[in-house]
Amino acid sequence: MAASEQTILQFTTSSSPSLSAKVQPLVIFNICDCYIRRPDQAERVIGTLLGSILPDGTVDIRNSYAVPHNESSDQVALDIEYHHNMLLSHQKVNPKEVIVGWYSTGLGVTGGSALIHEFYSREVPNPVHLTVDTGFANGEGAVKAYVSNNLSLGDQQLAAQFQEIPLDLRMVEAERVGFDILKKPVVEKLPTDLEGMEATMQHLLALIDDVYKYVDDVVEGRVAPDNKIGRFLSDTVASLPKFSPSDFDKLVNDNMQDQLLSLYLSSIARTQLSLAEKLNTAAQIL
Amino acid sequence: MARSFLQVAATEEAPTPLRVVQIEGLVILKIIKHCKDFSPALVTGQLLGLDVGSVLEVTNCFPFPIREEDEEIEADGANYQLEMMRCLREVNVDNNTVGWYQSTLLGSFQTVELIETFMNYQENIRRCVCIIYDPSRSNQGVLALKALKLSDSFMELYRSNNFTGEKLREKNLSWVDIFEEIPIKVSNSALVSAYMQQLEPDTPVTQCDYDRLQLSSKPFMERNMEFLIECMDDISIEQQKFQFYYRSLTRQQAQQQAWLQKRRAENMARKASGEDPLPEEDPSNPIFKPLPEPSRLDSFLITNQIANYCNQINGVAGQSFSRLYLLKALHEK
Repeated sequence: MAASEQTILQFTTSSSPSLSAKVQPLVIFNICDCYIRRPDQAERVIGTLLGSILPDGTVDIRNSYAVPHNESSDQVALDIEYHHNMLLSHQKVNPKEVIVGWYSTGLGVTGGSALIHEFYSREVPNPVHLTVDTGFANGEGAVKAYVSNNLSLGDQQLAAQFQEIPLDLRMVEAERVGFDILKKPVVEKLPTDLEGMEATMQHLLALIDDVYKYVDDVVEGRVAPDNKIGRFLSDTVASLPKFSPSDFDKLVNDNMQDQLLSLYLSSIARTQLSLAEKLNTAAQIL
Repeated sequence: MARSFLQVAATEEAPTPLRVVQIEGLVILKIIKHCKDFSPALVTGQLLGLDVGSVLEVTNCFPFPIREEDEEIEADGANYQLEMMRCLREVNVDNNTVGWYQSTLLGSFQTVELIETFMNYQENIRRCVCIIYDPSRSNQGVLALKALKLSDSFMELYRSNNFTGEKLREKNLSWVDIFEEIPIKVSNSALVSAYMQQLEPDTPVTQCDYDRLQLSSKPFMERNMEFLIECMDDISIEQQKFQFYYRSLTRQQAQQQAWLQKRRAENMARKASGEDPLPEEDPSNPIFKPLPEPSRLDSFLITNQIANYCNQINGVAGQSFSRLYLLKALHEK
């Protein structure tokens, strides 16, 4: 791409420049799993990304599946039949999820990528290319998304340029499960309700301690005060509704009594059940 | 896994009881996604994995399309299943069915259908689990995953389809023994856990924490109570059935006694007059026909269900208590 040719070369940007993508954690999990299960000789896995395009133009990548392929020095053979079969199967379950692009493991875009990208361009306009660096080449697992722009001279296709687009990797879904069980290689036991509650309370207490420490530090002059944090803190404190102690007590006690009542009811029901059980067996023995 | 194939084959003879279900994080996410996307509709899917000694590894799964009653579509569903298995095998996924998962609403899963499905699976595979996920509870920051199987003694009884009181007593089977819950262990590949570490550094608070600290548990409690009341109605209907059965049984026995007495008196008279006595049994008489005893399966399942709701209510109430005390402590500060 010599600088002198710049005037003749045309970039056809078919997408808005603000295009961005959002990846669900499931997709990363799936890609990692496929990579682990890749065939012996394969260096990377590639596959199809499914999802939808949100009203604001963000590509929401929600699901994926691997597609077997063969790669030699300058050729890529994709199992197209497999791809279509799998697509049909997925559509049966969730017709709302359509092809939005494809993924490949490895760092960045490689030579063969243009060919595969061209194939996916025929399936869907402007596909997204997601790369997941499962080899941790730079010491970090980079996840990147690209769209391709065609570079043409007149109406002759010269090359495709892959342009990186912003990728949102926030994991709302996974947060609900709790990272604790997704992060560690082995978790012996799922946390129960009360254990979860305990962990949450510990988090809260730790946060309150942090705030205390910060405020103390500021008051003692050890840390330079930050107005923004100060405002946040005062807002938080102010958001507590003001109750008179008697009102508050009433509120807590009423709630407590409600809970106790339901607890009582359910305990009665349980006692009744075990009583009936005993009577039943006793009656049968007689 | 240092054991050789020979050793494994040798130990194959005596099946060890299933102790742990080991689930990949991937499977959990897939199940959650599928169940949540279609909530509140109830969905199912197939679990794939390996059976290793006392551990059942669930390494992948795929969802089933929502089932319709149409015959043609049902055949389609079977095709879909085969196709999916074939496709997954091509990318080296364990294509060994180990059970199925299904979503549920507030734990209302103990039905006859579940047992039937389980028996169907059990016919084909030696070891099978059912994983139950409750999307409605995840809003409270609880990961409501459960792995269940039917107990062996129950399966035996179900095969003979004999749920009379006598049989149950013989087997010493009560309603608690229908389902066995198996502890779940979660495993993630090193690669996945490395990614998670990198993508999500330790945050002090997560969405889960917010959900758990939500003070209002009323809607959940309300639904639970509603379901509980429905179950109570059901069980009282079952009780009435039994009462009816026992009443007719006693009536029949009284009739039989009366008939016998009459017959004996008659025989005495015949003896006195030198005639042969009449037999003391008369199978053709309708009062000797045995009354069918109603099956206890339904009442067992309902009882199970009630116990489940009670446990859930207890759990939620317990959580609410801690929240209230926390609130109180915070307010006093």
